[in-house]
Formats: sequence, structure tokens, C-alpha cells
Amino acid sequence: MAQIVINNLRKEFGSFTAVQSSSFTIEDGEFFMLLGPSGCGKTTTLRMIAGLELPTSGQILLDGEDVAQTRASARDIAFVFQMFALYPHMNVRKNISYPLVSQGMARKDVRCKVEEVAQILDIGNILDRPVGGLSSGDRQRVALGRAIVRQPKAFLMDEPLGALDAEFRERMAEELRALHDRMGATTVYVTHDQLEAMQMGDKIVVMNHGVVEQFGTPQNIYDWPATMFVADFIGSPPMNFLHFDGELKPGTGSVRLNDVDVAIPVQAGEAGGKLALGVRPEHVVIDETSPMRGNVLATEYLGTSQIISVATQSGNLKVRAPSSQIVAVDSQVGLSFKQGALTIFDTQTGKAVLSEANREVLANG
Amino acid sequence: MSSFSVTEPSKGQKWFAGIVVVVYALITLMPLVWIIATGFKSPADAIAYPPKVIYEPTLEGYVNLFTTRTRMTPEALEDIGPPQTWYDRIVRQYDMVISGPSRYGERFLNSVIIGFGSTFLSIFLGTLAAYAFSRYRVPLKDDLMFFILSTRMMPPIAVAIPIFLMFRQLGLSDTHLGMILLYTAVNLSLSVWLLKGFIDEIPIEYEEAALIDGYTRFQAFYKVVLPQATTGIASTAIFCLIFSWNEYAFAVLLTSGTAQTAPPFIPTIIGVGKDWPAVAAGTTLFLVPVMVFTILLRKHLLRGITFGAVRK
Repeated sequence: MAQIVINNLRKEFGSFTAVQSSSFTIEDGEFFMLLGPSGCGKTTTLRMIAGLELPTSGQILLDGEDVAQTRASARDIAFVFQMFALYPHMNVRKNISYPLVSQGMARKDVRCKVEEVAQILDIGNILDRPVGGLSSGDRQRVALGRAIVRQPKAFLMDEPLGALDAEFRERMAEELRALHDRMGATTVYVTHDQLEAMQMGDKIVVMNHGVVEQFGTPQNIYDWPATMFVADFIGSPPMNFLHFDGELKPGTGSVRLNDVDVAIPVQAGEAGGKLALGVRPEHVVIDETSPMRGNVLATEYLGTSQIISVATQSGNLKVRAPSSQIVAVDSQVGLSFKQGALTIFDTQTGKAVLSEANREVLANG
Repeated sequence: MSSFSVTEPSKGQKWFAGIVVVVYALITLMPLVWIIATGFKSPADAIAYPPKVIYEPTLEGYVNLFTTRTRMTPEALEDIGPPQTWYDRIVRQYDMVISGPSRYGERFLNSVIIGFGSTFLSIFLGTLAAYAFSRYRVPLKDDLMFFILSTRMMPPIAVAIPIFLMFRQLGLSDTHLGMILLYTAVNLSLSVWLLKGFIDEIPIEYEEAALIDGYTRFQAFYKVVLPQATTGIASTAIFCLIFSWNEYAFAVLLTSGTAQTAPPFIPTIIGVGKDWPAVAAGTTLFLVPVMVFTILLRKHLLRGITFGAVRK
């Protein structure tokens, strides 16, 4: 098992830059998520760690050793493909034992190892079946088996649940996480599904257009997004933005949105001009005493909670409220925000302005 | 109201399709049946008019195909004594004795060496080239592929004279190597194109998985791509073999003795005696290797390549 340090990693395909100077650290034993929309460079980053693409520049330190330009076969890293990529001309047993055969392991030991892995993954009964007729869940398990059988330094997974049915995904996600906890193996996992990333990851890197937007624990990323992209990409519904013009100085504790004062965490940074107040739907409260007024556009019932869409003078926002709260469409409501949970963004740069509340999180990211 | 199904053909449609297939089979099989039948006729039956459908089969054609014979005077035949074997008896009817083997065996062997040799070489080189074109960033890839195909845009025989001169200069005339190289050159464009198509269909993830599993690029190609490509290789090999096996024009032009293949040789059997059964026998035997080869590879032709192993 190993620590993986990514240092200024860059990949260009001709004139197209797929990954721009990314840096982050994956600690030993971590379940690490690479999250982002399609084409953001997350898969390219993963393939560079695996050695399937060679970076244009930068370092990949595997336990302190730079492997950026090393052949894939020499890195001792396992890869689980989205489409499984089981060798179709071999049966399950052969597929799983293939990486061991390449190491020249004795036949008896190979057999032993395969049986052991088959037991962990509960696929002992299909070992001698051809891979062609397997269900997608079993194929996924075989692909995992092929990865774990040789106890590599790290597992890389490229959207391994992407090809599964929705119903099965949930179960496989749990199994994966349990398997990881049991093996304690460093795992790098690529996904575009923010829920999956939050649910399974110890740490998340959010990427967009080849740039690392933020890097941290799921909770830190959710609570204190570093950029408007992260705020918008994570969370369902995403963070609300209320646009306003203003000036922020270190020490500022409130902003003025269309003649309404809103208390915000004490600012630590400076910003001016076009700004946006970011607030998660669950941090907005329907509060008739508040001077901030809005017109209810719609409500969506979600069982225990409901999403209320409100039009205010500063823009539309969504409120997550208990479903017991009765709000009539087209009525006027007052809105207040939980002061400690607000983030101000500079809309020119898209970056969050440092405050006493998010400074600790963003300083590390 | 009778039920109607989109996928299941009606009884009438099935009958119609059956009749079409049978008629087509009869038309295509007729020349083949004719040749095989003629091989077992006597020379007189072979040229009888109207043609004989029912006749007494004889192996005369096959005996004549494999032997050279000398006509002898009755006195000389008397000296030799009565015929010893069944084939002696056949030729003795015409006051002849077998004086030695014919050259058919050699020519047939030449065909085997040249046909299979060039097929092997076409497939070997074609697979490597197709793999490179399919997987690597080759500069000017499309232009190169077009250039390779363009060699097939004229009949190969159009360049017969330059090739004839070139072969004479290089000492390749009437050599096995020369014919193997020539047929390989003609077949290579076909094999590169066909095989590239097949290799393109094999998901690159298999090789990547093999690379990750600790294999080198060549091992990945050899152990993962090749087994996947057997269907493509088998069908391409059949096409290549059929071309080089049946090729006539270049063989006539460039071979005369040591490397002569069967196609230019078979017509010469007819000689002065109008020995059609021997020609037919030579042709019949000539069909056998390609048929066997095709039947052996048929299993691979019918099998789907990546049945179900990758979900798309």
C-alpha cells in the first residue's frame, strides 16, 4: 500500500490541455475520489497514475519514488475499467489469475490466491465459467478480483459502477467501500456522480476543465466550496447564488443585498465589484420576521423535506424546508440565512472570498 | 384472424426462401459437379454428344494425371508380359505402358508452398501493420491507408511487364520466393484493411488491462489481441489463400519450371490426346486444399468476436 503524491501534473494532447498543473496528495489507505463533469481531466489523471498515459510534465510519487515516466507494468498498480475489460477468451479463474501468471508465480500458489479472492468476493461458484455469460455485477466482481489478487500498491477505478443498473449500484458501492475498509488499500476512484463521491470517499478532488478546483474531505467541500463551480457541482439542489455589488474588507461582517443587510461570517480577504452570496438550500429558513422577502414559485415534495423555489430581488433561490411546513405557491415569504454557513464569491474569478469560517478549510486546499 | 409476427417469417416466405436457395445452389454447383463427374469418365464419354449423365466410372483420368505413358508395339508389350497392377491394366487398353510419374505432384506442391507461404506472410505482416495503424498515432495515417488500398485499384496484371522485367533483373523469375513475394504484395493491402477493421473492433481496454497486469506491449498484443482477432485472421487468411491459390496470369508469365504452380500446368495436361478426364481430375484435386482450409477455419468465421465480455 502506498501514498501517492501528484505534483504539477500536466497533460497535453496536441494543442488541447487535458490536465493543467494538478497537485494533490493521496494518503496511504485513503479512499480517494476524483470528481468532475465529463471531459474535466479526471480520467486522464487516473490513466497517468496508472501509466496508460505519460504526462507532458510533472511528477507522480508512488511511495516517494517518481514513476511518472515508468511503464504501466512496472508500477504495481491495479486498474478497474468502467467496461470491466475482462479477457473474453478466458474463464473467470484465468482472468483473475492472469496478473499473477505474469509475475511467474507458481501454479499452486496462484490457485490458492484465486480461491482466497473468490471467497472474499463471493464468486467461488462461478470460477470455471466463461466471462461471456456473467451478469454485470458478477463481471464487476471478477474485475475487482483481478485487481485485488496481486495486492498492488494502489487500486485505480474508472467509474466502476457506471455500467451497472441503478438498483445494483447502491449495493456494489457498499461492497466496494467495505472491501476497501477490509483491505486498507489506497484507492483512487473516478466518478462524475457527486453523490457517489460524497457517499464513498475519504477525500475528494473536484476537477473542471483540467484544473483542480478543490481538494478535501466530502464535508469540507460541501460546506466550504472554494469556487462557484464546486458550490454548483456538489449538492442537490446545488448552492444558491444571490448576486450583488459590494466591497469586502477584512473584518466586514455583513453585506447589503438590494437594501437588505445580511450578516455573513467575518471576512478575512478583500474583494469588490460583482459578488455573489452563496447559501445552501438547507441554510435558508422561512422567517416571516426577516426583511428579505420573496415570492414562492413552486414547491417540490421529497418525503421528509421539500424544496421551495423563491424569487427574490437578488435572484431565485431554493430552500430546503421540513415537509410539515406549509407554504402556498404565489405567497410572499420572509427569508433568513444561517450566518455561519455563508460564503461570498467573487464572480469575476469564481473563487470564494476568505472568511473566518472557511479560512481553515481553504488554506489547506 | 391469423396472428402476424414481425420476426417470424410465414410459411410461404419460408418456402420461397428455400426455393431461391436451392436454385442458387444448383446454378453454382453445376460446374463443380460437371468437373468432378468428367474426372471419372473415359475420354470417349467425356466428349460424347449429347453429354452422358449416366456412364461407367473409371479412374483413367486420375491415372493419366499422375503418369506419363509410352505407346508400344504389340510385340514389345508381349515381351513385358501381362499388366501387374490395376493402373497398368487401364493404360494397357490403349497399348501403352507407364513410363514414369507426371509433373502434377510437383506443380501441386509448388502451389501449396507458394499459396500457403504467401498467405502466412500476408497475414503476419498484415496483422502487425493493421495493429500499428489501429493503435498508434501514425503520421499521415489516412493517406497511408489510402495509398495501401490504391494498389488494388487496378488489376495486378496491368503491371505485369514491369514486374516481369524486375523479376528477371533480380533473378526471381520462376522461383518460389519470387511468387510468394508477389502474391504477398498483392494480398497485403486486402489483409491490412480487413485486419485493421477487426482490430479496431477489439476494445483497447483489454490491452490496457494486460499492461496493468504486468505484461509488455508485445505480450499484450500476442496474448490478448491475437486471440480476439482469430475470426478476422481466419477470414482474411481464406481470402488471401483463395487469391494466391487460384492466380493464373502471373503464374503463366513468371513461372515455367521449378516454381510453376498448378493453374498454368493443368491446361497443359490435355496435350494432343484431348485428355479431358485428366484435366478434370487435376482440377478436382486442386479444389481440395482450399475446401479443407475453409472448412477448418469455418468455426472461427462463424464465432462472434467479443461476445458479451465488454458491455457497450
